[in-house]
Amino acid sequence: MQVRRPDDMRERIRMLSGALRGLADRPVKVMEVCGTHTVSIFRQGLRALLPPDVELVSGPGCPVCVTSQGEIDAAVSLAGLSGTTVATYGDMLKVPGSGTTLEEERSRGADIRVVTSADQALSMARGDRKRNVVFVAVGFETTAPATASVVIDAVREDLDNFMVLNLHKSVPPALEALASDPEVKLDALLLPGHVSVITGLEPYRFLPEKYGIACAVAGFDAEDIMLALVEVTKQVRKQEPLVASLYGRAVRPLGNTEARSVMEKVFTMKDASWRGLGVIPSSGYSLREEFSRLDVLERLGMTVNSTLPPEGCMCGEVLKGLIDPPSCGLFGASCTPVHPVGPCMVSTEGSCAAFYRFQRGRRTDWEHLP
Amino acid sequence: MCLAVPHRIIALRATNRALALAGAVETEIRTDLVPGLGEGDLVLVHAGFAIERLLPEEGEELERLWEEVRELAGPQTR
Ligand code: SF4
Repeated sequence: MQVRRPDDMRERIRMLSGALRGLADRPVKVMEVCGTHTVSIFRQGLRALLPPDVELVSGPGCPVCVTSQGEIDAAVSLAGLSGTTVATYGDMLKVPGSGTTLEEERSRGADIRVVTSADQALSMARGDRKRNVVFVAVGFETTAPATASVVIDAVREDLDNFMVLNLHKSVPPALEALASDPEVKLDALLLPGHVSVITGLEPYRFLPEKYGIACAVAGFDAEDIMLALVEVTKQVRKQEPLVASLYGRAVRPLGNTEARSVMEKVFTMKDASWRGLGVIPSSGYSLREEFSRLDVLERLGMTVNSTLPPEGCMCGEVLKGLIDPPSCGLFGASCTPVHPVGPCMVSTEGSCAAFYRFQRGRRTDWEHLP
Repeated sequence: MCLAVPHRIIALRATNRALALAGAVETEIRTDLVPGLGEGDLVLVHAGFAIERLLPEEGEELERLWEEVRELAGPQTR
């Protein structure tokens, strides 16, 4: 099946921008859920192409940003244990806990190593059976299946020096929390492409059906995002909300069933606390009973403390799309990517960091489009 | 963090592993989350694991949407 569209990309973007202008006959508040979308929207200067009625706000879709300070504190305290290596994705290094960061602890000599895959953390445990390796497992549905796979491997290989600080979270319940929040008032959602690769479309159907929210699963380049905006604006105009799938080259309607069955084997759902959003029912993946000896909190009898956000940090409001980052009093003053106060400024996919890097005085590639 | 990158599988390795190419970079990836992969397949890779096969076609909904965009853009465009 061949999609008929102009060959030239600029021409395509021009047509999409024109179509969006033609369709927007009322205010439409659209949230892009995913941090990768946030960055792409800023990098490509897409906000400049939107008609005044279409408002784009950023959502909670950056796993680093929604990790609570208490969870960071737990990772930091593990790094202080003797004979222990903490393995983490690089994004987590700079996230402030209540006192320090993993990066600061590493410079003080803690054994903290950056991995790009859960599989590397498992190899470390295999390579030195005398050291405990704790893998800091963050991420949404895109990332959780990889953790589930290595948990199964560790049990099969009897690697009892491999443990997981399991912080995995689930996107659909967070969307339900936003959809039902009377303050947030969304008309439409751009659904995260790579989370949907795993989940498929079913878990989002409640959004149009129960809350009347227009939805489109979108890919990540300028054209993908503009198309998704055209789609949801059209749905709002016709008052026919649904879950459109515009990323068919990667997202199957039922998602990746193999990955989900691996997750199903390993995880069960529990309530989880999201930075800025609070406790959301059944939004966290927890290790099932038979894998609980890999759960480092369980093994060491630790709990994650609830902590207050840093004073003045408005990450909660940013993650709900209630304010743009520059409305936070600390933005660009005491909070910058070099000295972040909140996690939304730490992660390259956080809204505050994206605003800081791309917002001011940037010429966009599309400036002279109509 | 949820970024996934297209890779081409260039050789299958021992159980659950393959050598894959993205641009000029070769990496070993895990293949257990996408059953039945073979040499030459195009996959999305996230955190060292293939998470889905990429299909060449875009899907019906996208095709229909482009039709509408063309109509909205008017007859002057091809
Ligand atoms: S600018 Fe900094 S302090 Fe303000 S909300 Fe963003 S991360 Fe928090």
